[in-house]
Amino acid sequence: MNPIYLDNNATTRVAPEVLEEMLPYLRDLYGNPSSMHTFGGQLHRKIEEAREKVASLLNALPEEIIFTSCGTESDDTAIMSAVESLPRKKHVITTRVEHPAVLNFCRHIARKGYRATFVPVNNLGRLDTDFLFKSIDDDTAVVSIMYANNETGVVFPIAGIAEKLKERGVLFHTDAVQAGGKIPLDLKELPVDMLSLSGHKLHAPKGIGVLYVRRGTRFSPYIIGGHQERGRRAGTENVASIIGLGKACEIAAKHIHKEAADLKRLCDRLETSLLNCCPDTRVNGDTENRLPNTTNISFEYVEGEAILLRLNEFGICASSGSACTSGSLEPSHVLRAMGIPYTAVHGSIRFSLSRYTTEKEIDRVIEVMPGIIRELRELSPFGREKIVCPPE
Amino acid sequence: MWEYTDKVKETFLKPKNVGEIPDADAVGEVGSIICGDALKLFLKIDKQTGRIVDAKFQTFGCASAIASSSALTELVKGKTLDEALGISNQDIADFLGGLPDQKMHCSVMGREALEAAVANYRGEIIPEKEEGKLVCKCFDVSEEKIRKVAMENHLTTVDEITNFTKAGGGCGECVPQIELILRDLWSLKLPEKPPKPKKLTNLHKIALIQEIIENEIRPGLQADNGDVELIDIEGSKVTLALRGMCTGCMMSDITIKGIQAKLREMVSEDIEVEAYQ
Repeated sequence: MNPIYLDNNATTRVAPEVLEEMLPYLRDLYGNPSSMHTFGGQLHRKIEEAREKVASLLNALPEEIIFTSCGTESDDTAIMSAVESLPRKKHVITTRVEHPAVLNFCRHIARKGYRATFVPVNNLGRLDTDFLFKSIDDDTAVVSIMYANNETGVVFPIAGIAEKLKERGVLFHTDAVQAGGKIPLDLKELPVDMLSLSGHKLHAPKGIGVLYVRRGTRFSPYIIGGHQERGRRAGTENVASIIGLGKACEIAAKHIHKEAADLKRLCDRLETSLLNCCPDTRVNGDTENRLPNTTNISFEYVEGEAILLRLNEFGICASSGSACTSGSLEPSHVLRAMGIPYTAVHGSIRFSLSRYTTEKEIDRVIEVMPGIIRELRELSPFGREKIVCPPE
Repeated sequence: MWEYTDKVKETFLKPKNVGEIPDADAVGEVGSIICGDALKLFLKIDKQTGRIVDAKFQTFGCASAIASSSALTELVKGKTLDEALGISNQDIADFLGGLPDQKMHCSVMGREALEAAVANYRGEIIPEKEEGKLVCKCFDVSEEKIRKVAMENHLTTVDEITNFTKAGGGCGECVPQIELILRDLWSLKLPEKPPKPKKLTNLHKIALIQEIIENEIRPGLQADNGDVELIDIEGSKVTLALRGMCTGCMMSDITIKGIQAKLREMVSEDIEVEAYQ
């Protein structure tokens, strides 16, 4: 049975066209692009073609694209490059709802003599931009703020922030791992200095990422070694994955407007139906500024892991911000930063759709979810007076 | 993803004895919605025989919390209260074919609900937790509970305590306190300091004194805008010059005595420190 895969903010399926494009480079064309012979050297051209396709999705220049191994490497490289190029500046700014790739890297350098500021959000997950701008001083080396949140899908006003930071001459990096390929990004219009993407979030394979570095930005490499990527990221190129990512970006660029509209319609239908058929249910995050594919819903009086494992029985894949699913005992740092009550955090479920999500799959979730919630609420000692889910 | 046994999965998907007993003879309630799991246990007890004739539960929590609750009700049915109190959290976990380490606290919650229900039946009042005894504020865990669970399950590390009680798994502020409790409980010895070398060569001694002044003494003085400079070392006599705010400070004698005490502890008992005039 094929799963009903609604966990696309965790990872996505590799598009069949992408896989086809990659296979020759895994099977027969295994050369090293740095070699002098044609067998290897010809691959260099293929990598440059892929670079052009990625640049085209972002409306950037090919030379501004660096291939990395993942989104985390791109994020860490961006922040490290900024602080290394500005050795006198000892302050970094990020947000409280950032992905661990950035959050923990900032905490890491804060233990090494840097100052780190974590900008708060309000209860809709909107960024406190006043706080952000007030936090900047002469010591600030870099500001790193995600384009869209992985848990709630909330999109930050990156264009406005970037304009302000440009005026003040502060380096700005944005982690666009969740936004890339889902909503249009135009780096001619968006004055960010650095931007991260991850292949496996947009139907390319895992193990490939992108760091965009605007021309003229001072850069200091993180991985040191050979001359690859013009000395900005050493290590033999992941040829097949780079070619796959190029194809994935080409497909995304072609259909992005239509796909975003389709996803939004499906996602809104899922959200509205679940809110209607399950009482004491709420949406987490700003629905006005949100990725088209993400909805984060809290079901009160029940616990997220229990919901996920019941959904699993129907082959439905989603994720939760509950403590029991995090590997630690602490529930989602994003939902807590938003001040969502613990009761709601424990019962939060994130559905994230993709271009492969069908109308029928959404119907199926809408069909089984009320039963799951009702059963678990019947088990729960809380909110008993409020169980009014309609019987099946 | 957690590696649950088939028995845990099966019990979670089809739990037994769900619900309440309206005329229950005993009710035990533990946990809270804030902490992420809670269990309410209902028992029907035969007054003549003292046996548990029915048990039901309501649980808010993850799959293993629900499975542990169901297991508990199956284990207690038909037992006398004293027999039931013989059920340990390990018995609950064993009934389910084991629980992942990080989920052992679910079995502990079952055992606690049972104790609470029996106390409720016997009219015992469980003493309110004293404020001072609370160790983990994030998950509301008392020192008493940590000691009890550690004893029952032979737990010796903080990680194990966190797995079994959640204590220390939130902000982490109470981790040192848990360490102290464990040391006290198992009479663990503090790691012994490496013994001082018997005989220091002059070279070693000078290097050691320099290192201690540099790394341990100067930063403290500099924090108060003072400083110290090493002038000379002759045998066991160390001559220092106080600088910055320490110069002419009324407390300078005490500062010198403090440095002497530190060097005596770290280098050699016979060190004499004097101020350079």
